[in-house]
Formats: sequence, structure tokens, C-alpha cells
Amino acid sequence: MEILMSIIIGIIFTVSVYLFLSRSIIRVVLGTLLLSHGVHLLLITMSELQRGAPPLLNLGAESYTDPLPQALVLTAIVIAFGVTSLLLVMVYRTYKEHETDDLEELRGSADE
Amino acid sequence: MNNLIILPIIIPFIIGAVLIIFAKHHRLQRVVSGFTAVGMLILSIYLAIVVYQDGVIVLEAGNWAAPFGIVLVADMFATLMVLLTSLLSAACLFFAFKTITPKREKFFFYPFYFFLLVGVNGAFLTGDIFNLFVFFEVMLLSSYALIVNGGTKYQLRESFKYVIINVFASALFVVAVAWLYSVTGTLNMAHISERVAELEQTGVVNVIAIMFFIVFASKGALFPLYFWLPKSYFGPPAAIAALFGGLLTKVGIYAIIRVFTLIFYHEPTYTHKAVIVTIAGFTMLFGVLGAVSQFDFKRILSYHIISQVGYMVMGLGIFTPLAVAGAIYYIVHHMIVKTALFLFAGAAERVTGTTDLKKMGGLLKTHPVLSWMFFISAISLAGIPPFSGFFSKFPIILAGFQEEQYIISGVALLVGLLTLFSMMKIFSYAFWGKQKHTDEQAKLPIGKLLLPIAPLVALTIILGIAAEPIFQYSLQVAEQIMDPSIYIESVLKE
Repeated sequence: MEILMSIIIGIIFTVSVYLFLSRSIIRVVLGTLLLSHGVHLLLITMSELQRGAPPLLNLGAESYTDPLPQALVLTAIVIAFGVTSLLLVMVYRTYKEHETDDLEELRGSADE
Repeated sequence: MNNLIILPIIIPFIIGAVLIIFAKHHRLQRVVSGFTAVGMLILSIYLAIVVYQDGVIVLEAGNWAAPFGIVLVADMFATLMVLLTSLLSAACLFFAFKTITPKREKFFFYPFYFFLLVGVNGAFLTGDIFNLFVFFEVMLLSSYALIVNGGTKYQLRESFKYVIINVFASALFVVAVAWLYSVTGTLNMAHISERVAELEQTGVVNVIAIMFFIVFASKGALFPLYFWLPKSYFGPPAAIAALFGGLLTKVGIYAIIRVFTLIFYHEPTYTHKAVIVTIAGFTMLFGVLGAVSQFDFKRILSYHIISQVGYMVMGLGIFTPLAVAGAIYYIVHHMIVKTALFLFAGAAERVTGTTDLKKMGGLLKTHPVLSWMFFISAISLAGIPPFSGFFSKFPIILAGFQEEQYIISGVALLVGLLTLFSMMKIFSYAFWGKQKHTDEQAKLPIGKLLLPIAPLVALTIILGIAAEPIFQYSLQVAEQIMDPSIYIESVLKE
């Protein structure tokens, strides 16, 4: 199971890096979104996907899944969400001011 | 008593939150934030003295014992960094009072300023690797807001790149934490250090170490991950550029030093003496070459940040007590002098209305105090003996020769020369020569702008004259961080 997850995460990373390197500004933002998905899946995978009950004590199960990575992922999701919303607003403002979404045109002049 | 060490995090947090409510009353904001900055400075001096006398203070959040809860750890290195943070933030804040426009001020400048300090102080004081990530994000999110504050075309364009680089680096940080967690099964830094010691630095630990190095190197602007820095630090107003230039990259350097002295210290011939030293050499060289090639006041200073970050990492890479002590002394010197220089750039911009060196000239005649204070900071940066720059470079280069790392020491000496060259370029173009600004501009009173910078210039002189006691202090700090058992025992209480 971990191997399957690792391959999928690898594919997500590949796609996101490809998007990072593209010209359109919104595709770069999509790249950051995908990257954060990959990272969160990796965080869950790396703590071993052992079989067990959800970490709720009233289930009275024999074994539980590791609760720590879930808390970490929850934190990381919220942070990524905040950063993404800020980034989207910044992209919107940049588009309004510069009237382009092409990163080649957002390079700045040579004498700067 | 232990609760003392959470104060540098909680005070700016509360003040920042309160200031949101009064966002439009900028006079009230100034009064509150000014008093808070001074209070923080006094508090952090007290904290540094307490830790110096009593040893490492550990605070277990919520009374959960060490590996299970989050701990805050204040050792001498962390308190020194907190002290420097308070000092720089106070200087930049008082400079901002005089320079920042009310339009920028009303858009939550002061709340973000204090949230930035929450992140920075938290990153220095935390003892938990994921908590370090969270505090990094607190710092970075506020820095995004501050760097784009004002929303000029240039700022929007370059801030986007700054945000993207940092988002990518943060994602890699979580990857590194995930790997480290899967190898060691813990997040507490002292506990990780113990577990890694049991693993005896197998291959996977080296991979994780280099991953952490990449993450922090992109935050701390090391070669080849420094490309975002010069452009994005050019956009924001001088007070913010000075705070970022003095503070933000040094948080990355602090994290590198912490991680590579506490956790990944088992195979220094590979990680420290090969990888870090090589990267440090290239960082110094390329940073200073960038500075030499530029013709803009702020851009030269931005490239100098890069080259000087290289010295600190070189000190870590050589990895003897003398070299690490030199690196710590260098951090102290660099943070103070760099902030002062950026603030001088802001003051000169206020007078001449430009930072392009070819359009400046003759400031020496019209503003002699500014010019000579700049001159002192400039030669201090280059490392001329009576000032702090010399005494902080000397131990690093000396340790380099002692450890027979001749190439890197040679590079460090050459970089010192080129630093002097580019600082003198600023001095001769902007301050010497014919007066290029108008007489009206020449009459501008800038005495009030110089007041917040004066303590920083005084400190670089004091750090040079009182080199002996300060070097002894750095040596104690270095010995403390190079002996991880002190840290581990005070956290895990065995």
C-alpha cells in the first residue's frame, strides 16, 4: 500500500513541478495546490498505513491508526489554505495592475 | 519562572491582535507599538541574562513531559537571537514611524509587523520540528503581507516570486519532516537527536540532513537558491527591507546551525566539511560578485546579504568551536550592521529621491553626519580592524587555516576585498563627488531619521572595541550548541 501511495505522490509531485515551470501565472498557483496535496499525502503515508480503528477512544478497538500525522496534516492543510488564498488575491491584483498573466512579460526591464 | 520564555512570543501576538482593532488610528498604533518594542528589548535582555546565569530554560507547554508535548527551549544561542531580533525590530519600527506613508500604515502595517516577530521569536525558541515549521509559516505569511504592502507594480511582480519560492520551500520542509518522522518516530528535536544517534547516521539520515539543508538554504538565501532575494528586497520601503535584510535570512541560518549541531552532527566529514563548506564558498563568491556588478544602493546591499550569509555557514561547515563561535559573532555583527546599512539606504533615498548610484552624489557635503555614519558601517561590513566586522571574520578564517581548508579561507579573504570594493563604490558615487540633488533636497532635515540608526552604529563600534568579552560569550554559546547532550538533558530530563 505504501508503495502504491509513494508512486501516486511521485506523480503528483511531477505534475506540480511541471505546472510550476509553466508560463501562465494561474497554472503556477495550481502547481502549489497540487504540491501541497502531495505533501499532505506523503505525511500520512510516511507514518505507515497500518490497519486500525480511527483514533477515537470510545471505539474500544485493539489498535488505532497513528493520530499524530493526522494532526500534522490538519495543521498543514490550514496553513496551505491560508497561503493559497493570499496567493490567489495577489495574482488577481497582479493581473489587474500589469494586465497580463504571462510570467515572461512579468520579468521586468533589463535596467532594473 | 519558566513561563518567562514564552513572553517573547506571546507579547507581540497579543499586541498585534489588539492593534488590528485600532487599525485606522495610526497615532495610537505608533504609541502602543513603540512602547511594546522597547519593552520587548528590555525583556529579551533580561531573558539573555537569566539564561546566561542559570543555564538552559525549558518550558513544557501544558505540562506534558518532553517527547510528547511541545517544548520551548531557551539556550544561550536562542536568547541571543531573540535579543538581536528585539533590537533590530525596535530600530526599524522607529525608522518606520518617520518614513512610512500613512496609506501603508493604515493597511495593518503594525499588526503584521508584530506577527512577524511572533514567527521569528517562536522559530528561535521552539524545541519541536513541526512547531518550527508552523512558526516559519507565521513568519512567512506576515512577511508576504509586509513585502507587498503598498501594492506598487514592482512589489506585486516580485512578491509573487518571493511567495512561490517560499511555498515550494515550505512544502519541502513538510516532506523533510515526514521523512524524519518515519525514520525516528518523534518530532521533539532533542528526542530526534537521541534517535538519530542510535541510527549511527545511515544513508537515509544523510539524505534527510541534505533535504533540511536545502529547505533552510532557500529561506536563508544560500547558493544556488538565492536568486529571489535581491529583487524582492528592492520593492518594499526601507524600514521593511532593513528588517527583512537583517532578520529573515538569519532565521534560516539559525535553523541550519541548530539542525546541524543538534541532530545531524554524526558525520561532519560529509555533511559539514564537504557539502556545507562548498556551498558556503559559492554563496560568498557569487553574492559578492553580484554586489560588485550592481549600480544601485539597495541592490548592492541585498547581494551583500547573500555573501555574508556564506561566512556564517562557512563557520558552521568548518565545525570547530572557534569557527562556530566566529559564525555566531558574525551573525551578531551582520544583523546589526546590515540593518543599519539598509536604513542608511532609506535615509539617502529620502534625501535624493533615488537609489541609483549614478544619479546620486555629494551627500558628504550636505549631510556629513549621515555620510560618516554610513562610512563606519561600510568599513565595518568589509572587516576593517577597529570595528566588529574584522573580529568576527578573523576567527572564522583562522579556524579555516587551522583545519587546512585553504581554498575556502582564501575565498573568504578575497570576498572581504571585493566587499570593501563595492562598499567604497557606494561611498564614492553617492557621498563623494559633485552634488547631484537640488539645494532644496539638501536642506531636508534628516536628524530624526538618523536617531534610530545611531544605536546600531554605536553597537558596531562597541562590538569592535569590546571584542574580547563578546568573543568569550560567542565561544560559550558555541561550546553549548556543539555539545548536544546539554540540550538533550535539559529537555528530556534524564
